[in-house]
Amino acid sequence: MGPPSEPPAALVRCTRAHGQYHPGVPANATPLDSLIYARGLTKRFGSFTAVDGVDFDVAPGEAFGFLGPNGAGKTSTMRMIGTVSPVSAGTLTVFGLEPAHDGARIRSRLGVVPQADTLDRDLSVLENLLIYGRYFDLSWGEARRRAVELLEFVQLTERSNDQVEPLSGGMKRRLVIARALINEPSLLLLDEPTTGLDPQARHLVWDRLYRLKQRGVTLCLTTHYMDEAEQLCDRLVVMDKARIVAEGSPRQLIERYVTREVLELRFRRDEGETDDSAHLVGQLEGLAERFEQLPDRTLVYTSDGEATAAAAFERGLRPTGVLVRRGSLEDVFLRLTGRSLVE
Amino acid sequence: MVAPASPPAARRGPLGGLASHPSLRVLEHDLLVFRRGWHSYMLSGLSQPFLYLISMGIGLGLYVNRNGGAPDGVPYLNYVAPALLVTQAMMAASFESAWPIMSKFVWEKTYLAALNTPLGATNLLVGDLMWISFRAVLLSVLFFAAILALGAVSSPLAVLSIPVAVLTAMAFAAPIMAFTATQKTDQPFNVLFRFGITPLFLFSGTFFPIDRLPLFLQPLAWATPLYHGVSLARGLSLGRVEPLADLVHLAVLGAFAATGLVAGRITFRRRLAL
Repeated sequence: MGPPSEPPAALVRCTRAHGQYHPGVPANATPLDSLIYARGLTKRFGSFTAVDGVDFDVAPGEAFGFLGPNGAGKTSTMRMIGTVSPVSAGTLTVFGLEPAHDGARIRSRLGVVPQADTLDRDLSVLENLLIYGRYFDLSWGEARRRAVELLEFVQLTERSNDQVEPLSGGMKRRLVIARALINEPSLLLLDEPTTGLDPQARHLVWDRLYRLKQRGVTLCLTTHYMDEAEQLCDRLVVMDKARIVAEGSPRQLIERYVTREVLELRFRRDEGETDDSAHLVGQLEGLAERFEQLPDRTLVYTSDGEATAAAAFERGLRPTGVLVRRGSLEDVFLRLTGRSLVE
Repeated sequence: MVAPASPPAARRGPLGGLASHPSLRVLEHDLLVFRRGWHSYMLSGLSQPFLYLISMGIGLGLYVNRNGGAPDGVPYLNYVAPALLVTQAMMAASFESAWPIMSKFVWEKTYLAALNTPLGATNLLVGDLMWISFRAVLLSVLFFAAILALGAVSSPLAVLSIPVAVLTAMAFAAPIMAFTATQKTDQPFNVLFRFGITPLFLFSGTFFPIDRLPLFLQPLAWATPLYHGVSLARGLSLGRVEPLADLVHLAVLGAFAATGLVAGRITFRRRLAL
């Protein structure tokens, strides 16, 4: 893998070649020092707006995430970055290049792990990598050298000559990751890299992605798992309904939008009893700065969960379940949108 | 630093990307897949036309020859063989540009994977058209060898009926690929084959001259590429070259292939712009 930063001279040249300078761009972020640079980026399908004027930058070497529920516009954004989906409006540059003019050049330096596996079931595991290397114009020899190395990296060496179909979901996903690395990309796009995988398989994928990050590969991923975002992302944007609603590191977001701790209270609801959440919140009033009433539990945002729980007991509340935990990205999302991430 | 891949395809003019190098990579992909299943493909591709050759050319031919043979007293086998050479290439290419291409869009999504590389929609179209043409070459050479073995060839020019068969295959494959790119399901293919390809096979001068067709159908036969492929191949096979008519035949076949390619470039790009 190469060093994280791009030679600026090349970027300047490429950008000038197409005369794409954008007025009104903040001085601290330009298409030249961002690997991905988006301003007012919009995707429409007919009258439906999938991505509604989003702004973001991805710097070389960082792991950047789009966190949001299904349908938030994450995949559409990724496809525009991957140059397979035309931009409807706004500005987007990748490596300082315009997708509409330099799609092939951008793609030659990108690795893409799509949501659906799109592996070739007519080919063996090794052949899947070889032909992909050929698509990137590698010689057969070079493609083979890299394929063998990558199969080692994703721990699939023993399956080299097997067909793709009997592989497990986790193995297939690792193979897609290996395939995306065949051109030694400096930027790897991952659309929900661990959706549908069991916990063990997820951790293996995370581990490999972490190693890639260590080697200086820039990661740009989407997820609707807050633990994945927390594990992998240096910085993320929270997306909801085609827009970006917050931006920052996982820590910053939690500090900004939720308290250090969250107290979860569950109350037994007797048969036929009407919804008493208003009453409940009334009883909790003053104990903490904010509450969130979910169908099955009440979240109390507080700096000290234990103390708040004790105070609630003193007021005569008798919850059937009490849990004190740290504030998470899930709480950030709930705070910003009033809904859970995974529904 | 990361090794940059090949420069993007030249994008000059409406057909600028067509001759570009990356299309060959798509052909390589198909060859890699073909390595596994080539025997069954060849067998299933050739068995049906071969049965027609035997049953029509030799079986039915007995009766035709007893009544003076095909037009100009040509033995019926010699009359029908070059036509079957062309129709088998047309049939195979039509099939290949329908279901397998649909699969690459919809079922296996092979194209979607390739789109994340420097390859573009036009490369996929051109690469797969080359691939379909390449198989038409394989099938046609083998079928021609069978015709030779049966002694159904009247002129050394007959060998030129192989490229004619391949060109006819392209004249069908390119427009059908363009059409496939506009479809979401394979339903329309059944209609296409039942009411398009099969009638063409039967009524484009394959088994009898089109002047035996009802008058109103003759211009229809003339307007289809198969008639031109069959006429050209038959003329060459029987050693009868008519420069002007043959040029017209070639031009019609070329026009169908070229139009299909231009249309395909539009429909492929539209389909693959996610």
